Amino acid sequence: MDVTGTQSHGATRIKHGNERLSGWLFCMPMLVILGVFLVIPITMALWVSFSDWSGRGSPFSSHVNFAGFSNYAAVLTKPGLAQSDFGTAIRNNAWYTLLVVPLQTLLSLLLAVMLNRRILKARGFFRTAFYFPSVTSSVAITVLWMFLFGASGSINAMLSWVGINGPNWFNDPRGLIQILLGSIGISKGPSVLTQHGLLGLSWWEWLAGPSVAMFAIMLMVIFTTSGTFMLMFIAALQSIGEGTEEAAIMDGTNAWQRLWHITVPQLKPTIFTVVTLGIIGTWQVFDQIYTGTKGGPSKTTLTPAYLSYSAAFDNQEWGQGAAISFVLFVIIIVMTWIQRQLMKDRKMSRRKTAYYAAMKAETLASAQSASGLGTGQGSARSTSTGDAEHV
Amino acid sequence: MMRGRTAMATAITAVAAMVLTACGGGGFSSEDSASAGSLTSDSSKELNVLIASSGDPETTAVKAAVAAWAKKNNRKATVSVASDINQQLSQGFASGSPADVFYLAPEQLAGYAANGSLLAYGDQISNKDDYYQSLLQSLSYDGKLYAIPKDVSTLQLVINTDMWSAAGLSASDYPKTWSDLESVTAKLTSAGHVGLSFSPEYARVGAFMAQAGGGLVNKDGNKATANSAASVKGLTEVKKLLTSGSAAYASDLGAGWGGEALGTGKAAMTIEGNWISGSFSADYPDLKYKVIDLPEGPAGKGTMQFTNGWGIAADSADQQGAVSLVNYLASNDVVMGFAKAFGIMPGNKTLATQWKDDYPALSPFMDGLKYAIGVPTAKGASTVVSDFNSQLAQLKTTEPKTILDKTQTNLEAIIK
Repeated sequence: MDVTGTQSHGATRIKHGNERLSGWLFCMPMLVILGVFLVIPITMALWVSFSDWSGRGSPFSSHVNFAGFSNYAAVLTKPGLAQSDFGTAIRNNAWYTLLVVPLQTLLSLLLAVMLNRRILKARGFFRTAFYFPSVTSSVAITVLWMFLFGASGSINAMLSWVGINGPNWFNDPRGLIQILLGSIGISKGPSVLTQHGLLGLSWWEWLAGPSVAMFAIMLMVIFTTSGTFMLMFIAALQSIGEGTEEAAIMDGTNAWQRLWHITVPQLKPTIFTVVTLGIIGTWQVFDQIYTGTKGGPSKTTLTPAYLSYSAAFDNQEWGQGAAISFVLFVIIIVMTWIQRQLMKDRKMSRRKTAYYAAMKAETLASAQSASGLGTGQGSARSTSTGDAEHV
Repeated sequence: MMRGRTAMATAITAVAAMVLTACGGGGFSSEDSASAGSLTSDSSKELNVLIASSGDPETTAVKAAVAAWAKKNNRKATVSVASDINQQLSQGFASGSPADVFYLAPEQLAGYAANGSLLAYGDQISNKDDYYQSLLQSLSYDGKLYAIPKDVSTLQLVINTDMWSAAGLSASDYPKTWSDLESVTAKLTSAGHVGLSFSPEYARVGAFMAQAGGGLVNKDGNKATANSAASVKGLTEVKKLLTSGSAAYASDLGAGWGGEALGTGKAAMTIEGNWISGSFSADYPDLKYKVIDLPEGPAGKGTMQFTNGWGIAADSADQQGAVSLVNYLASNDVVMGFAKAFGIMPGNKTLATQWKDDYPALSPFMDGLKYAIGVPTAKGASTVVSDFNSQLAQLKTTEPKTILDKTQTNLEAIIK
């Protein structure tokens, strides 16, 4: 299409060319920044994960050879320490994600709903207070947490008031599920679970649950991230009109019903964002581990992100470190995709569609008649009461 | 439209390629051959020294020593304290501009030496035969000496003398054998504290394996002996002490290390090294303690030794200057100055007697060098040791042989 244009209108061509050029020029700074800080490093890391680069000089120098999938094999298929460490890290992080994402989403939603009430005094204060952990450095919070959850720390001191002998949080490698099973007398798994496994870990070890130490880290992360997500929920809540809420009040719903049947469905896009960000964030957990436990006790707080770091920087296994980070990338993509599929708007059944259409028509009709009569409120009320009876 | 896009894409690719080449520059300009005379010697450059400091006394002492050398040789040299020396060294080696001289741990040495980051300058050190052979061995890779020992440490038994006498014990009760140790540990245990505490790591429980004649690897470090009968015997003794209830891991007492357990009165004895002198005088000045030899096991005396070397980067622009600086830092006066400033123990025989005369209370540590074993130093050994450490936490409920079998498999995978 351009070709015809250039032939007939030479002047336009020049003008268009200028526009295109200036367009690229305007984009250039961002393209360069993205290229230098994103595309090139990722390409380098991808190459390192397929190479035998040993950590000295440039990975693109002639000394570095293509190593095929050997780095990926070392962490995924070849039985050995690298594989079982990776399996342990995935196990720990899977439990971490499984517990942290729902809990932080729920907590931030509840905080947001609470703070969105007009009736609440000092809303501004509480918003700041709940948001505060999110803006504090995670290193500072980790250090604080190490003190709180120390063997003779404040948490255990408080537990002792109610007669509970608290665990030695950050040094307790026992899995929560195994503790529960142990309390009902099951201390050894069935051989189906102990004899078979995945990634160098038996199913019994996979099912051990997060360790007490990991649990303490989970509490910390929920504490710090809920503030940010609360803010997102508050923003979403404020953009929801009050009409539906008021209509529901008229229909005689209680606060709980309104939360679950009126507010939450309207927050679905935000919930999707929060859960997606939660999944990505929890699979990338690093600083709390690095500053806090370094993967201990007994590797129960080891995460893929930290393992990738320590494989590269501590053990000079740069290829394996890069391979771990790309496997992690795939995991995050797959998890996010699954989550998207689960939260997709399902197609309504024909019966339901017809019902909603009828309801819409009825509302419209009554609104028209109401505007004629000038008593909008009353008829609107009768319509919605009628709807409620249908449901 | 298509044409413009292609042109732009080409331009971007070109820019990217240029940036990449720029990133890739440097690095392999110098090879890691270190035969005398072939060293780089660009004395216009400043020498960078990277250390992992135990605290202010160490930083000040090293800075003063490096400054003294710089002044004497009319050079410039700076000392930086690493917050995470592994990470900072790795980053330096990867970028091709590492620190010139740095602290080098034996367990990291193999990885750096294997990728050619280190200068094997051992042959240019005049008094290298004066160092204990076992130390030089742990700082060698592939038969080449990559660093000379900065210092050495060993483990011995440290006892709280107040608790010792309160339990009705005297100097004649110092444990000579494992059964002596078991009985004093039991006697020292009371409601407020345990008899003995140490960290759940090879660098402590390895002493028991050494006393039984075992260890994770053999003396030459070329054969895995983790599940040998002797090693199993040593670890079984540790389990026996722990399950008796009179000994406990420091972490189980809420202490970061054995010294903290002793200093805070949570344990009456601990197994620690000569670094306690500095840390106790700083953190627990009122603590009364005494260092005695660890008891003998079935194979006689045994303990563990640790060392740290002075490493030099192969990519240093002034390797000659770096060697000269290391020679100065390893000279007798400087080493004894370090010993005074932050309590290190020299790794050469000449200074051993002098050090023992200066610090009689710590002399058991120096005596330990005669029978100490080192940590495995093969490439990848630190991962295996940390896996072993992570299993030690469950020693109370696991068979020692099971733990050691797994470690044996892991070690065999890296020791060829």
